[in-house]
Amino acid sequence: MRITILVFARLRDLAGSPRLVRAVPEGATVDTVWQALAAEFPAVAPYRGSVSAAVNADYARFTTPVADGNEVAFLPPVSGG
Amino acid sequence: MPTTLLSITDDPIDMASVVRLVEAGEPAGRFGAVTSFLGIVRGENLGRRVVELEYEAYEPLAIKAFEIISAEVAGHWPTIRLAVQHRIGRLLIGEASIVIAAASPHRAEAFQACRYVIERVKQIAPIWKREVFEGGEAWVEGATADPTDAAAREAAYGRACG
Repeated sequence: MRITILVFARLRDLAGSPRLVRAVPEGATVDTVWQALAAEFPAVAPYRGSVSAAVNADYARFTTPVADGNEVAFLPPVSGG
Repeated sequence: MPTTLLSITDDPIDMASVVRLVEAGEPAGRFGAVTSFLGIVRGENLGRRVVELEYEAYEPLAIKAFEIISAEVAGHWPTIRLAVQHRIGRLLIGEASIVIAAASPHRAEAFQACRYVIERVKQIAPIWKREVFEGGEAWVEGATADPTDAAAREAAYGRACG
């Protein structure tokens, strides 16, 4: 199934693009999507402990299942305000 | 001029319009206080001379974060009516990045709610700033965004009421 991956701020710089579309296997979770991203862009891997995730613009956990066509966002530590 | 209480904008912030919005739509005389907070771009950070900041947001989730914060405020201070507007894009020193306005019948809860909201925005809103300083630039990375983190929520409440 195909997942749209959104990355922001420094993660976007490291991935070279704000939006990627990648295939992941059935039964995938947010973590599966992260692993695919980290395999393709090893520089993002160290962020695993500090990154947050969202699925279809709702906060999610790394254990959250994903479905075909979902939009999965990875959020580095935030700095608004 | 914002038309909704919780918003993200590319335009310069007009604090007065946000304060008017938070007062609007309620029976005249209900509120006795409006407190507001304006975050502005400081010219120095970590000993570096800042040139400008560039803010970006994951907008649909940022609005949801503001909604979560708004619901938390309603839980702690039921009489509050709240408005939040965050600016994104390039901001120069002295420009406003965020305005928060809290209206309520009495001042104490309005002051507390305003402080609570800025603490929570910094903890959970998917908004990032890149600092351009003399000699370089860097993403600023603060909190890992987790709206369900009870310890973070309690820390924000403690600062608001401290």
